[in-house]
Amino acid sequence: MTHGLRRVLIANRGEIAVRVIRTCARLGIETVLAASDADTGSLPARLADRVIAIGPPPAGESYLSVAAIVRAAQAVRADAVHPGYGFLSESPRLAQALAAAGVVFIGPEPPTLAVTGDKAAAREQATAAGLAVLPGTRAGLDPAAAADAAAMARIGFPALVKAAGGGGGRGLRVVRDAAGLGDAVALASAEADAVFRDPRVYIERYVSPARHVEVQILGDGERVIHLGDRDCSVQRRYQKLIEEAPAPGLPEAMREELHRAAVTLARHLRYRGAGTVEFLLDVARGAFYFLEVNARIQVEHPVTEAITGLDLVAEQIWIAEGRPLRLRQDDVDFAGHAIECRLNAEDPARGFAPSPGTVTAATFPAGPAIRVDTYVQAGSAVPPHYDSLLAKVITRGDCRDQAIAAMRGALDRCQVTGIATNVALHQALIATPEFRRGGVDTSYLERQMRLATAGGAASG
Amino acid sequence: MELTNEDVADILALLDSLPYDELDLRTSAFRLTLRRTADGGWTQSRQDLAPPVVLAGPAGDAAPAAGDADGAAAGTPAPGPAVTPTGALTDVTAPLPGTFYRAPRPGAAPFTEIGASVEPDTVLAIVETMKLMNPVHAGTRGTVAEILVANAAAVAQGAVLLRIERA
Repeated sequence: MTHGLRRVLIANRGEIAVRVIRTCARLGIETVLAASDADTGSLPARLADRVIAIGPPPAGESYLSVAAIVRAAQAVRADAVHPGYGFLSESPRLAQALAAAGVVFIGPEPPTLAVTGDKAAAREQATAAGLAVLPGTRAGLDPAAAADAAAMARIGFPALVKAAGGGGGRGLRVVRDAAGLGDAVALASAEADAVFRDPRVYIERYVSPARHVEVQILGDGERVIHLGDRDCSVQRRYQKLIEEAPAPGLPEAMREELHRAAVTLARHLRYRGAGTVEFLLDVARGAFYFLEVNARIQVEHPVTEAITGLDLVAEQIWIAEGRPLRLRQDDVDFAGHAIECRLNAEDPARGFAPSPGTVTAATFPAGPAIRVDTYVQAGSAVPPHYDSLLAKVITRGDCRDQAIAAMRGALDRCQVTGIATNVALHQALIATPEFRRGGVDTSYLERQMRLATAGGAASG
Repeated sequence: MELTNEDVADILALLDSLPYDELDLRTSAFRLTLRRTADGGWTQSRQDLAPPVVLAGPAGDAAPAAGDADGAAAGTPAPGPAVTPTGALTDVTAPLPGTFYRAPRPGAAPFTEIGASVEPDTVLAIVETMKLMNPVHAGTRGTVAEILVANAAAVAQGAVLLRIERA
């Protein structure tokens, strides 16, 4: 029992650090920001009660260093560490090291993280819990044995070669036919070894057209509830760009099945904390398959907050304090529709070239249907060492059309100067008849980009 | 004290009922500018001015433990010029600001060494910017004459990374 966290170390940066600090401040919890040397003057550094420097700008020597985070937590005598997303947020090593140091990790238990962090192990657990997974080879398969003809007959082509230890779209290879399989396995395995230091790969059916739908869950180790679904199909190279809640146009029966599947798996894992179960929706077959569990707060959590009225970070803290869930499923009400656009420091017109630098001016929309989560103000540094997310613009409406209309007005009022942003791309993406109809698939963005390149309408 | 999003919402609700189109609020801790737009919506610009309270690092002594994370090879000195080049030298510069890496991953062999023959499309290094790996191409045919930057060092856009003696 760990009631009443009083001081939380925030082991992250950017907009999510700001977001976590805001909830802690509201709850009367003192915050210390663990910042790399590139971030000691950042907005979250100004908003936190105190800042502790944890190392040089490269993430490997600061935000990704378990030793640096544990040392910082001990030095400031933090009761707990909030890891945000990315970096060490799903690291069983950090969770374990903190436990050994008597510091609470605001996230799932280390054994849960070990399973969810290994795509192959997660797939096995999902199967054990009765969830449908895409037809595929056995987890952690020896690459040399991958081209098994019987397995491939079941999976079919095109197939996807995936890294067992992967994430973020790295270590993935689409194979069109049997002739290309050997090479694809070798390449994916080499890439997986290089990026994740884990050469294990497996092969899965490649679904197209597909939608990416996920379910937010909360668990206390015993009981699990869901907070509805989100659609994150607008992606570029597996990086989400626009998300919404609820997922548009799902048959109600399927929506309920998705929620039930997510809760069943989380219960099977005795899940403790906030998490997301991701599914791939096979549009042609009208079926969904388990993809993976994200054992952390997610970038797109505000759309769920917008339609439930809940504060997910506050729920994370509540659970980390050792309490049982304070919500029953019936307590969760869903109202309206929410959309989120991720504003990135990148230039879609120049091949999505990253655009670090110094922000000279930053104006964002304001209003009752609008929320902006950002770490960017006039004078803010956007360092080259980290990801390109600048701000999340979230709008809410009574219905989807209203949320889109609010987003259109909100994007028109976004002005960030000094660096390139993708605001114009968002304006184009939400304006097409296809997006307005709802339920676009994961190839939507690339299709729009091709149209724009061919002289079409989607350029900004 | 910090201004919360709820505070801003309250201020906006108040402003909506007033005939003003702009509010500029300044305290020692923050500056908030709210402006009414042509369509009746609002924009906000905020600047939080309170300086951060930065503590001294946790025992500023301890360097990150070896093998603790990626990028442990930081600080390997640059080889520097070996022989006095005789031909014309061409600068190879950083395409973007970021982190300079001589090898595709920690522990791997470097892309190139001094004295290596290169073609215009030969990859000599990578510069990592915002988690994207940007290849640095030789841009000319010749021989690598100088490597000026240490592995894993931060580089500015346009910084000279290597010099090629043109063939």
